[in-house]
Amino acid sequence: MTTDATGEGRKTALYDRHVAAGARMIPFAGWIMPVQYEGILAEHRTVRNGVGLFDLGHMGQVDVTGPDALGWLQYATTNDASKLEPGQAVYSLIPNETGGVIDDIIIYRRPDPDAGYMIVVNAANTARDVAWFHRVREQRPDLDVTIKDISAELGMVAIQGPDAEKIAQRLTDTDLATIDYFTWTAGEVAGVPAMIARTGYTGEDGFEFYTANDQIGTVWGQLIEQGAPEGIRPIGLGARDTLRLEARMPLYGNELGEEISPYEAGLGWAVSLDKGEFVGREPMASVKEQGTPRRTVGFKLTGRGGAPRTHYPVEAEGREVGLVTSGCFSPTLEENIGLALIDRSAAGVGKPLSIIIRGKPVAAVQVKTPFYKKKTHPEASHHTN
Amino acid sequence: MTAPDNRRYTKTHEWVQLDGDVATLGITDVAQNELGDITYLELPDAGDSVSAGEPFGVVESVKAASDIYSPIDGEVVERNDSAVDAPELINQSPYDKAWLLKVKVNDPEQVEALMSPSDYDAFAEQEAH
Repeated sequence: MTTDATGEGRKTALYDRHVAAGARMIPFAGWIMPVQYEGILAEHRTVRNGVGLFDLGHMGQVDVTGPDALGWLQYATTNDASKLEPGQAVYSLIPNETGGVIDDIIIYRRPDPDAGYMIVVNAANTARDVAWFHRVREQRPDLDVTIKDISAELGMVAIQGPDAEKIAQRLTDTDLATIDYFTWTAGEVAGVPAMIARTGYTGEDGFEFYTANDQIGTVWGQLIEQGAPEGIRPIGLGARDTLRLEARMPLYGNELGEEISPYEAGLGWAVSLDKGEFVGREPMASVKEQGTPRRTVGFKLTGRGGAPRTHYPVEAEGREVGLVTSGCFSPTLEENIGLALIDRSAAGVGKPLSIIIRGKPVAAVQVKTPFYKKKTHPEASHHTN
Repeated sequence: MTAPDNRRYTKTHEWVQLDGDVATLGITDVAQNELGDITYLELPDAGDSVSAGEPFGVVESVKAASDIYSPIDGEVVERNDSAVDAPELINQSPYDKAWLLKVKVNDPEQVEALMSPSDYDAFAEQEAH
């Protein structure tokens, strides 16, 4: 059954292809996006075991250029972008002034050393991020930087899964084996000029392609066609969420927010306190020094009672200690898993928790994360190819 | 799939089939399709009572949890444990293998007041648009 979206929303360049493929379309972050095609479980397993294709046309991209582009990035984001060589990328955060997080992002340094950077931001936050960037730029008139929202010009798709490289290689002369994790390069995909990045949000190996928005359909269509022998399938937002949660990748609005410190979210590694001054540095440094009152922990249910879901209360020793930030039935582990932001005193791998599901406590135990790790490391696969 | 003939339907997408004073309850094909992959089912025990318009159970898919509403008043005489143990049965066979409860009804006329198959099909069609 195909369900048409009832809500208003923007359509990506691939909208008609999704509808033709039988996708269920839903409003998401101001867009109308496919939540599933054949079903979330099947799509999830397709990516873990084979290869899947994602439309990410809703995501935002911001160009940062000018002589002080790096200086501005160092001030406006948390990670140390000065370490980026041309063609490298880094996960980072946009901090607010109180040490919380406005968005999580990837900063790509363009392969041309003089061409600046591109930031990829979450769809739901794009307009807010861009407005915030301009505000931060005005705070630093000493920095000569140009910030430009290029989201509307760009299409974006991701091919993810163990077979991703093999299939993508059929569409490009660029030797994909030379593109390391978190790097990108300029090339052609399906005859279309593209930026080719080895990044993703699934816990699998794979690539993200950026092209002109009006040419992304060619890339999508060719990937579907060329991946047919391996059973490539389009994958919706539903499986994107379960895939990223198994890999313990944070979702903004769940694990991250304006009132949550990166240290509480377990993302202290994306904050470089010693790189110099940046927005929110003082409050972040003080949280790190004093230790966070809360921690984000992974858990799995040991009792029966449904799946953990965002905002369900969490108890330890009969006392409420926090809330679930994300949870789901894990299609790979076939267990109910989740992340929770809880009091530090209750946190620890092996320690029990109760997740309150529809008013009833369901037993859980804290486990190491990520819940799922891919078998082959992309670096390792380069050497065997 | 059109709704099978020999039963009645609710606006919350449950079906009821009456045999004497025992009603079999389940959720419709429209409901299972809308939910997607079903991963969890919670049902009352035999001997529990159910009330018209009140939730008696919960069905969860990967994406969401939904209440299942009783269209009738009565007492549970049997529940389908094979559906509880393998909730994906609801996706596969919502009208047959994945019946949920058998309920001894207080007032069989409550069933007659529910939607006919053709009314339900029209209702579901309208709701989808």
